Amino acid sequence: MSLLERLPLTTEHTALENGGIYDQDPILSARDLVVTFGRVIGLDGVSVDLYRGEVLAVIGDNGAGKSTLIKCLTGANTPDSGKIFFEGESVRFNVPQDAREVGIETVYQQLAVIPALDIESNLYLAREERRKGVLGSVFRMLDKRGMRERAALAMKDLGIQTVQNMGQAVETLSGGQRQAVAVARAAAFGSKVIVLDEPSAALGVKESGAVLDLIKRLRDNGLGVILISHNMPHVWEVADRIHIQRLGECAGVVTPQSHDMGEGVAIMTGAKRLEPI
Amino acid sequence: MSTSKNAAAAEFSRRQQSPQQRLQHTLHAHPWLSPLVLLAVTSIIFSIANPRYFALGSQSLLLQQVAVIACLAIGQTLIILTGGIDLSVGAITILSMMVMASLASNNGVTGGVALLIGIALAAAAGLLNGLLVTRLNLPPFIVTLGTLSIFMAIAYLYSGGQSIQNSSLPDVINWTGTAFKIGEFSLTVGVIMVIVLYIIVGFALSQTAWGRHVYAVGDDPEAARLSGVASKRVLVSVYTTAGVIYGFAAWIQIGRAGAASPNQLLDVNLDTITAVVIGGTSLFGGRGGLIGSLLGAIIVGSFALGLSLIGVDQQWRLLAIGALILVAVSIDQWIRKVKT
Repeated sequence: MSLLERLPLTTEHTALENGGIYDQDPILSARDLVVTFGRVIGLDGVSVDLYRGEVLAVIGDNGAGKSTLIKCLTGANTPDSGKIFFEGESVRFNVPQDAREVGIETVYQQLAVIPALDIESNLYLAREERRKGVLGSVFRMLDKRGMRERAALAMKDLGIQTVQNMGQAVETLSGGQRQAVAVARAAAFGSKVIVLDEPSAALGVKESGAVLDLIKRLRDNGLGVILISHNMPHVWEVADRIHIQRLGECAGVVTPQSHDMGEGVAIMTGAKRLEPI
Repeated sequence: MSTSKNAAAAEFSRRQQSPQQRLQHTLHAHPWLSPLVLLAVTSIIFSIANPRYFALGSQSLLLQQVAVIACLAIGQTLIILTGGIDLSVGAITILSMMVMASLASNNGVTGGVALLIGIALAAAAGLLNGLLVTRLNLPPFIVTLGTLSIFMAIAYLYSGGQSIQNSSLPDVINWTGTAFKIGEFSLTVGVIMVIVLYIIVGFALSQTAWGRHVYAVGDDPEAARLSGVASKRVLVSVYTTAGVIYGFAAWIQIGRAGAASPNQLLDVNLDTITAVVIGGTSLFGGRGGLIGSLLGAIIVGSFALGLSLIGVDQQWRLLAIGALILVAVSIDQWIRKVKT
């Protein structure tokens, strides 16, 4: 991180408050990301820092560049210019798999789960484990039983008790259960950063409560969590810091303590400007 | 009453499903069930109409008749599972067959080498389909409609429209027609080869990561890509594998027909799609399996056999198959709406 300057944290945010997580270097940083779609500017020089053990919410109106920013950080999009650093090292993600390999997992808004496949197949999709010995190496046979057991454990670790049968097709699950599968999938593989795109958008009150608990648990386990949401009460409930996108730029970073929901929305819509620190 | 909330929830989850819902769930989990029931019902009807239907001789004839379609249906199933369709099945098979036979008969190439070149050519044709689908992002229907004409034209130009009789072919090429008897039941090498292919590809589909990726790409290509599945590579491998299987089918066809002729196999495009669809594989991709396609091919063959044993005009077969396709697709649509 010595190469690049750290973004100033908001004044209200002292390192003491959060057990010193801001004393350490950020796990994921982006500097001056620019993305254009033809003549349309998606991102106009946006920088962001994410620390271990924090929930960073990204809010913004439609078209403010939230999704574009997230796509750059997760490899779904490549920025035209700008740099991304992971654990202090400069990285370049061309495909989502690149981001995944360093430990950035994404739960997409449109839920990247395959409806026809069962829970275990979805959890292990694209990182299936093979049997030991000749069956695995020559015949490439999957270790279905082992994967099923570990899938059940992963779901249990995250406190997801409602789904019992790992052989159940995902399309037979409720919206909240599907979301739980998607989050479990992201969290289950030793990842360091988890990006959640509108995780509670399609859920009922009780189900979104469970997802928020899940997010807190991920943070308490020392992961960096990025949460994109339109739901302000949810953001103010779980976020440690809130990155506000507006018209392709970062309008500021606030905390739930420094600004209330109304002020946050005012900054997001341009009704209020954040005073420079 | 001492039931806690959880017990009530558990009770709710075990709530009575209507027989219709239960049927829907069962078919959802086992898409090969409906073709199996259909085959059992038609077999019973035909054997009541003519007891000779279940004679071992008739049944072994049935297997030999459906062997080539059943073989081609393996490739067609793989492609339909990915949400595609292959209209060039027949053209690739004919091209491969004509090249195999003509190399072995006039060009002084040994039978084994001719065979390998024929299968490799079919694989290359499949690869070309796969590359066109993935690199140019063209719909599989259009790609294979185009290559259907191209491969057909090459097969005609290369063979001059002439058939090649098995008397001028080496034994290796004719081997698939070799019959042997187990009691009354007569099998050919070709039939056994088809069964072995079903076992190999069935294993790959159900027991390997590749198989899961085939389903994933077919069910939701975007979600599969976001999950890290190398969708394009999976698609190319599927089209190429299908090509290899068509090459084997060409070999089996020479053994079955006793000749290689560019005028055979003209109906196989629709026949294979029929077998796959009746077998419970969804034309929209991601659902179904190989067992169903084998059953589907046998069902189509059993109609031909049964109706000819009863002495009914074969046009009734067409009519019945047409109705079955519509029923199969309707059932698929219904199964897709499954809910907990």
